[in-house]
Amino acid sequence: MQEFLQFIFSGLTVGAVYALVALGFTIIYNASEVVNFAQGEFVMLGGMTTVFLAAAGVPLPLAAALAVVATVAVGLALYAFAIAPVRGASTVTLIIITIGASILIRGAAQVIFDKQVHRLPSFSGDAPITLAGAAILPQSFWILGGAAVIVVGLKAFFEHTLTGKAVLAAAANSLAAELVGISLRKVVGLSFALSAAIGAVGGILAAPITFTSYDMGTLLALKGFAAAMLGGIGNPIGAVVGGLMVGLLEAFGAGYVSSSYKDGIAFLVILVVLFAMPQGLFGRAKVERV
Amino acid sequence: MTKTTSAALGGLAALALMAGAAHAEAIKIGAVLSATGPAAFLGDPEQKTLDLYVKKINEAGGIDGKTIELVTYDDGGDANKARTFAERLVEQDEVVAVIGGTTTGTSMAMIPVFEDNEIPFISLAGGIQIVDPVKPFTFKTPHTDRMACEKIFADMKARGLAKIALASGTGGFGASMREQCLKVAPAAGIEIVADETYGPKDTDMTPQITKIRGTAGVEAVLNADFGQGPAVFTRNYAQLGMTLPLYQSHGVASKQFIELAGPAADGARLPAAALLVADDLAADDPQKPVVTEYRDAFEAATGQPVSTFGGHAYDGLMILKEAIDRADSADPGEIRDQIEATKGFVGTAGVVTMSPENHLGLDLSSFRMLAIENGCCWVIVE
Repeated sequence: MQEFLQFIFSGLTVGAVYALVALGFTIIYNASEVVNFAQGEFVMLGGMTTVFLAAAGVPLPLAAALAVVATVAVGLALYAFAIAPVRGASTVTLIIITIGASILIRGAAQVIFDKQVHRLPSFSGDAPITLAGAAILPQSFWILGGAAVIVVGLKAFFEHTLTGKAVLAAAANSLAAELVGISLRKVVGLSFALSAAIGAVGGILAAPITFTSYDMGTLLALKGFAAAMLGGIGNPIGAVVGGLMVGLLEAFGAGYVSSSYKDGIAFLVILVVLFAMPQGLFGRAKVERV
Repeated sequence: MTKTTSAALGGLAALALMAGAAHAEAIKIGAVLSATGPAAFLGDPEQKTLDLYVKKINEAGGIDGKTIELVTYDDGGDANKARTFAERLVEQDEVVAVIGGTTTGTSMAMIPVFEDNEIPFISLAGGIQIVDPVKPFTFKTPHTDRMACEKIFADMKARGLAKIALASGTGGFGASMREQCLKVAPAAGIEIVADETYGPKDTDMTPQITKIRGTAGVEAVLNADFGQGPAVFTRNYAQLGMTLPLYQSHGVASKQFIELAGPAADGARLPAAALLVADDLAADDPQKPVVTEYRDAFEAATGQPVSTFGGHAYDGLMILKEAIDRADSADPGEIRDQIEATKGFVGTAGVVTMSPENHLGLDLSSFRMLAIENGCCWVIVE
């Protein structure tokens, strides 16, 4: 029982970070059908910028806020200079562009920051909290809580604000949305900004536990994308559930089966799920209306 | 040599470099390092060390009056690129010797090129397969992972610890060290009762440690890996309240590890070169002047804390310099013979005595067993 709980906490902590990456994928995908493989780089930028600002003497909360702003600026620049000019290009072209952008951002980070691994101090100390024999770091609660706040905030934004509804409308039918006066440019730009902000917050919250380095984005993007696919790409709830599930699968795989094959186990389960439900756990089957 | 003549020589050297073409009096040495990419934290200090000491050697008049011209390539940690650069060094740059190969993978990829063209090659990577079996033109300066296992096991034995859990990364370094430790454990009287692994970029290892905690009879834990993995492992180890003695490998012999792992690293033991504890060495220790000089020079020039990795590059360059000096020639074959004849060379890794059967030349005594204390420092524990 104690072991089981420990695996659960381990899985949820890791999974919450995947969930935030998956959410970022989902938001941009909904607004523009672009799968943004630079999503992992947003997480890296959040963490690295905070580390370097904090090292320069900026107080941590301010450094974190500035890092989010900087990452949003990068997200908007990515949209304005790389995605917007090729509007109407095929999805594959757009995906290749985002992969190129991720390589560019990674290279720039290597030069602007450095090639070392860094850590932020934990927000509430390093003394583990013991729950029924399982030990959890206070930072895990920050990550889980942060993810929960973001999910609730997003839900409120999409359902209760005019701008949020405009994004949803554009996602549902971009042509009709444009006809009623919604600027597609603004909506997609906003979705890039939102995804960048979510990624950056995830990167900052996770940096005390997972560390941060210029090349951390690739693997996160892969895991986050797998999580988004598992949950059903385009569904925010699916993204969160998918992320947590991938994290839990890894923890249980390492704990109960074999630590050598834990990534394999996670991906195997995802494959099996996608074979049975190609649209993912919460995805809708795409229906072409004639 | 008077100041004016050395200044004049320096000026000549600068002119020769500006001319771009290989000056008749310059000795061309190649280097292929992973200054960027995943092994950058190894390759970066190596690069800086070579640049710094080539400059120092040339300012002091070079070798037998000839300056050194260093041709460096950055393979980004990619073995394919390393091999291409190795061919370029041999065919286009026509170097007389090569230092480098930051990782075991890049070194192994380059070895055939240098062996075929009979160019001496001094690798800076840890893997034992580089010099075992011995290849005529290949040498290396860092301790091997097998030596690290033997040193750690000897220390465990001395503390009466016989049953241990092994946790290793699945990257090249971790996988190789795991293999070597499993191989030498029986002879050292150590029984490995748990054998866990994790990915090099994993951010949580509590499941593996929970399993180790649940294994009956474990008396100590050995974490064989380098990079960020051991830092995560050490923090998770403390998080789960593990109190068994924790051993780390020579791969984390850097300040960065202590910074990342924080107070959780206190008490962990690791084998490392004397370089890290330069000030704590006995006054009559033969390594003391060498490691103190290198540390001060490196830290003054780069503003970064010294690491053993840059020290490997220092050892490689100095062994090569002395060999060229003794050979009185820039012929690769004669340089090779003189590298093999290296005897009693005092470097940052230890005292090196090579032979036709031993192209590493270090023994176990060159490793010091260190413990991490107060979240900041290493102390010698033997």
